[in-house]
Amino acid sequence: MYKWILASRYFLKRPITILAVSAVSLCVFIVIVVMTVMNGLVIDFKEKNHNFVGDCVVESDSLVGFGYYEEFLERLKNESSVLAASPVSKGVAMAVMPRIDKNNNFGVEIYGIDPVLHSRTTTFSQTLYYTKDTLKTFEPEYDPQRPGCVPGVDVIPGRRQSDGGYYHWDSPVGLEFIISAFPLNSKGALARAGTDLVSTKSFYYSDDSHSGLARADGSVIYLPLQQAQILCGMDTPFKRISSIHIKFKEDISVPDGVEKIQSLWNDFCEQYKNKPGADLFDNVRVQSWQVNRRSIIAPMETEQVMMMVAFMMLGVITVFIIFVVLYMIISHKSKDIGILKSVGVPVRGILTVFLLFSVFVGLIGASLGSIAGYAFLVKVNDLEGWLHAKYQWQLWDRTMYAIGDIPNTIELPVIAAIFVSALAACIIGGLVPSLQAARKKPVESLQVNQL
Amino acid sequence: MNTILRAKNIHKSYKMGKARLEVLKGVDLTVPKGRLVAIIGASGCGKSTLLHILGALDTPDQGDVEFDGQNLKTFRRSKLDQFRNKKVGFVFQFYHLLDELSVLENVLVPAMASTGTLGWFNLREKAENKAKVLLERFGLKERLRHKPYELSGGERQRVAIARALINDPPLLLADEPTGNLDSRTGHGILEALKELNAEGQTMIMVTHDERIAAQAQTVIRLVDGKIKQAE
Repeated sequence: MYKWILASRYFLKRPITILAVSAVSLCVFIVIVVMTVMNGLVIDFKEKNHNFVGDCVVESDSLVGFGYYEEFLERLKNESSVLAASPVSKGVAMAVMPRIDKNNNFGVEIYGIDPVLHSRTTTFSQTLYYTKDTLKTFEPEYDPQRPGCVPGVDVIPGRRQSDGGYYHWDSPVGLEFIISAFPLNSKGALARAGTDLVSTKSFYYSDDSHSGLARADGSVIYLPLQQAQILCGMDTPFKRISSIHIKFKEDISVPDGVEKIQSLWNDFCEQYKNKPGADLFDNVRVQSWQVNRRSIIAPMETEQVMMMVAFMMLGVITVFIIFVVLYMIISHKSKDIGILKSVGVPVRGILTVFLLFSVFVGLIGASLGSIAGYAFLVKVNDLEGWLHAKYQWQLWDRTMYAIGDIPNTIELPVIAAIFVSALAACIIGGLVPSLQAARKKPVESLQVNQL
Repeated sequence: MNTILRAKNIHKSYKMGKARLEVLKGVDLTVPKGRLVAIIGASGCGKSTLLHILGALDTPDQGDVEFDGQNLKTFRRSKLDQFRNKKVGFVFQFYHLLDELSVLENVLVPAMASTGTLGWFNLREKAENKAKVLLERFGLKERLRHKPYELSGGERQRVAIARALINDPPLLLADEPTGNLDSRTGHGILEALKELNAEGQTMIMVTHDERIAAQAQTVIRLVDGKIKQAE
């Protein structure tokens, strides 16, 4: 019983414990906040990428693309694991917006899609601002007869606002995009060498797409599939596309689904191997969304790992602080240890007193840090909003980063893991000085070895 | 008369820089049950060292200490803890009370140490009653909830004596129990110890004061690390 009494009295009566508790709570607070925000950013980023491409992508590495996709789409329709599939033709192009600056040619990526199919496969329809009926995605409201296009929300400059939102007109305005692409034939050569090297066509702003992915929102212009195929030369001599995006049914896991599509694709290639242009199948890969977007997601994951390592070092510092605090306390309690030993308290009893003290520091410190972290995260966006309104200060400059709210979804398992880690850090930090104290000879502790 | 404690050929030395200082040079000592034994000697002659060795707070370089016929050298660590908890009670010159605990809690520490947390719930009432009786006997009935720093030197020493007696140890070891007190308070403490001895408590007391030593039934004079004479 003396262990509990002494440990609690040391905890309550020693001002230095305030330092130890503050250090632990501060570390827990910082780790919870940073891990939650960082974790939220990574999860959000992955989710946006997943939404952007669907579950699986059958994609050509080459700008030339691959043919016979309609036949393969038919097969996908009959595949039980597939919910929807969307053919996409991609290419690079130059664009001009004459109403804004007729001399400014800027590079864009063109994505030719069937908006209905693409909306079933990805969350494309949810990224649109004006369109309610996806059948009319490429029909400008002001003149449905004109060919429409959907640029990424950042393609039209100057619309991003400091709060992360975008300026939108009440209804789409008649902005013309003159898009010029270099059509390639199935061999990869310029399709119209000797005639017009460039395919140029005007499209009219019908909506914009806000996917939350900086690159897509800043450089992609969606066009009707057929139009994009013409611009990219994928309409001759046989129709080609760059990729097929696939969404699986809910009960199908992505790896299982990808495996089935791979098998289906292998069979398809085998069957079409003697057809003209079948050599283009060599460039085609069947990938899960994670693999397809690896080059984009990986740096962020690496950053997350780096942050975790950095915060593990913070944990080491916590252990060191606890070690120093306990060492100081135990140094001052040398006499007490001698007294306890002189009345027959065993080594484990002394050890328990100081370890309990460490546990109290850890429990109280981690609890305070967790509560503070939780409260901060709940209010972080309000706080940032207030700071922005009052002092024009933001954690992230929304005119530069495609981030809306600061991610603050609190994961209880993460808080629990940080709490337990902090407690363990305190116990480890307290173990060495406690062991040292417990092993002292009674006369040494009492400092009565005078003659 | 039965012997409670016997020390044979006790040697103890300390390292002082590069030199080695021999403090005890073969001390032989026998303490019969119920005796009040005073160990007297000049400052630095090894009195306290001898007392610590007798109470298993320290170990001799050479020689044996037998308690009730059992050699302390053969005791394992846990048995030595039990020995210090049940068989001996210590009273130190500087009281050595735990500042964070109240008077009552200080007295109860040895009783708490003798059992686990669960065992304490069974023992608590009995031990608390006993502690209160002891503290009442030493005139501290009104001081149970006070902290040591709220007490006078004499009161603190009486708390220390009560703590030493809480587990009814057969042997009480007192290291200059009046050394830090004025003569009037010291006299009161000495009377309390003599009273305990009169009730049968065996006691070894270290002092450098001849007048205090004269109160003991046996006086052992330590000179130059050896017992010069036993009176």
